[in-house]
Amino acid sequence: MPDQENAAVDNGLLRFLTCGSVDDGKSTLIGRLLYDTKAILADALNAIERTSKRRGLTAIDLSLLTDGLQAEREQGITIDVAYRYFSTGTRKYIIADAPGHEQYTRNMVTAASNADLALILIDARKGLLSQTRRHAFLSRLMRIPHLVVTINKMDLVAYSQDVFEAIMRETLEFAARIGVEEIRFLPISALNGDMLVERGTHMDWYKGPTLLEILENAEVSATEHAAPFRFPVQYVCRPRDATRPELHDYRGFMGRIESGRVAVGDAVTLLPSGKESKIRDIRVLENSLPSAAAGQSVTLLIDDEIDISRGDMIVKTSELPKVARQIDAMLCWFSETPLDPRRKYLIHHTTRDARAILSGIDARIDIDTMRHEYAETLRMNDIAQVGFKLAQPLFVDAYADNRATGAFIVIDESTNNTVGAGMIV
Amino acid sequence: MQKLRYNDNNVIGRQRHKMTKGFTHLDWLESEAIHILREVAGQCANPVLLFSGGKDSICMLRVAEKAFRPGRFPFPLMHIDTGHNYPEVTGIRDKRAAELGERLIVRSVEDSMRRGTVVLKSPFESRNKHQSVTLLETIDEFGFDACIGGARRDEEKSRAKERIFSFRDEFGQWDPKNQRPELWDLYNARRFNGENMRVFPISNWTELDVWQYIARERLELPSIYYAHPRRIVRRNGALQPVTDITPAYPEEIVETLSVRFRTVGDITCTAPVESYADTVEKVVAETASVTITERGATRLDDQTSEASMEQRKKEGYF
Repeated sequence: MPDQENAAVDNGLLRFLTCGSVDDGKSTLIGRLLYDTKAILADALNAIERTSKRRGLTAIDLSLLTDGLQAEREQGITIDVAYRYFSTGTRKYIIADAPGHEQYTRNMVTAASNADLALILIDARKGLLSQTRRHAFLSRLMRIPHLVVTINKMDLVAYSQDVFEAIMRETLEFAARIGVEEIRFLPISALNGDMLVERGTHMDWYKGPTLLEILENAEVSATEHAAPFRFPVQYVCRPRDATRPELHDYRGFMGRIESGRVAVGDAVTLLPSGKESKIRDIRVLENSLPSAAAGQSVTLLIDDEIDISRGDMIVKTSELPKVARQIDAMLCWFSETPLDPRRKYLIHHTTRDARAILSGIDARIDIDTMRHEYAETLRMNDIAQVGFKLAQPLFVDAYADNRATGAFIVIDESTNNTVGAGMIV
Repeated sequence: MQKLRYNDNNVIGRQRHKMTKGFTHLDWLESEAIHILREVAGQCANPVLLFSGGKDSICMLRVAEKAFRPGRFPFPLMHIDTGHNYPEVTGIRDKRAAELGERLIVRSVEDSMRRGTVVLKSPFESRNKHQSVTLLETIDEFGFDACIGGARRDEEKSRAKERIFSFRDEFGQWDPKNQRPELWDLYNARRFNGENMRVFPISNWTELDVWQYIARERLELPSIYYAHPRRIVRRNGALQPVTDITPAYPEEIVETLSVRFRTVGDITCTAPVESYADTVEKVVAETASVTITERGATRLDDQTSEASMEQRKKEGYF
């Protein structure tokens, strides 16, 4: 927990994902984190205490905190991604909790899409299972910057350092094979709270940080500034207020800086027109900012009167994205109706839509074996490398370089449902 | 294939990301909410923002100012009034709407009662859940395709799985099993005629975030959010204000306590908590150290059953 002198520090916000099944103690881990950081309040605790007793349990089942819906409580399973919140006083956390059962890939991909960090649970008694391989593979596919492998239930293997290190070596070998760039390991007992917030007394051989220390110090990707400046226009502000003639020529381009940074005077290119101009002002309400960076929602004003509308993108002239009429992507299919290669779909990318038709499925990936296989269509939870031809151009970067301009969703216009998610390669 | 190496403290690999100084959690939450409001403006033809004068909706208006000024809001404000609201709250509602120069639509559950579409089991029954009927009637009246609300995921269990863009069918029903996957910050607001989106820009805010934001932005709130003396009775583990609508029962002892409201809504189902926090800083400090959830302490209607919010949402409630 933070001490008093750090009370004024605000290290922003970290979103993380927990992967694992109930059997791995995932709900217990989340419950313990919430409990130890005092995010669970007395009445919520009383409610689960009553439920635990009704179910004949001797100890409080912290996992009950995370089963939200009536349907889930009745069936004792988790259907959907649930979001939980806690704060340490120095940093706010959003946990995306993806269930481990049905529709697994779909839920994990959804939860992973915004995560800065993935927490992968392994049962120390079971070691590296195919489930862990799936979690690591999907975390890598979704480019979650930080991977933390917690080897849980250490209390059930006598807190053995040898067990921990054997699982770590095996997992590392696999992680290297799929191209993971950063990974950490730590031994925990979610049940007893060892190495979560407190170190406990059983694992003096482990010298690394606790889980909370890892979370507190993990660097947040949303604030990355080294990437090229990307500003998809969401909305154009033209007040045309008769009572305020000074606003007569006002044209503000409203949006969020998805990556990079921008300063007044920067030379910019407007897409799709390709016209060039300069940044005249960066505004938030009545304030003018000299510069702004990734994550900030602002209004940009430019020097020249150029027609810009929602779906256009403002970029720096020195860092142009690719203007694509054809994209290759890793596609995850979500719909119970299989992908129909003859149909047109709508691709929603940044603030822009384009009709698209499949140009081919290169290979479906078996996420248990990582093998590439031939496929004519995609079913729910399938992942494949595909190509799309686009009716309108999109302004893209590779997802590996830029999550915001490399990601898209696929919409079926006959139902308006979101049926897939893609990552541009 | 790359070779992974150990470095200190069991971190393996390289650190890629640079931290920005100064982008606080409130900056992040505010920017996300602005982004969501602008997506509604960009994707929906006829949206509306629900504005009650309560603390969450006061925050929403501030976010809307940052999203759209110097332009006007691309949506009117709307309140579904049960007729049992505290005058301090409806007062702020009208004052804020006037200050901003934005259009405020007020529709009353009492109108629905007169039409016969809302029938109370007893005159003292809480009108809170009947707001759903009036809400759906008003959506129909104006043809709104999206309703923006200030609900938060930390308020209640079934809200933890709510989408930011939550799809409702033509009966206004929420089907938790049939919601669209929501990835990255790519929102799909497409819907057919008659269908409706509910949009929750401050989904990721907690009660503490809301109070910190009110403090940071110096937002004016209805006075009953701060400690004040009030006549109450103790009923079912909560403090029940004594009002014309909610009189004390004969055997009950009326006390005057220093209280504040953590949520405000229909008088019959919102209870205050005992508190001496009479400034925003004191409320922030108290909220950071509370031991009971916002709705648990103060919403008499949510205590009925664990699944009651989920049930009301399925019926079209916000």
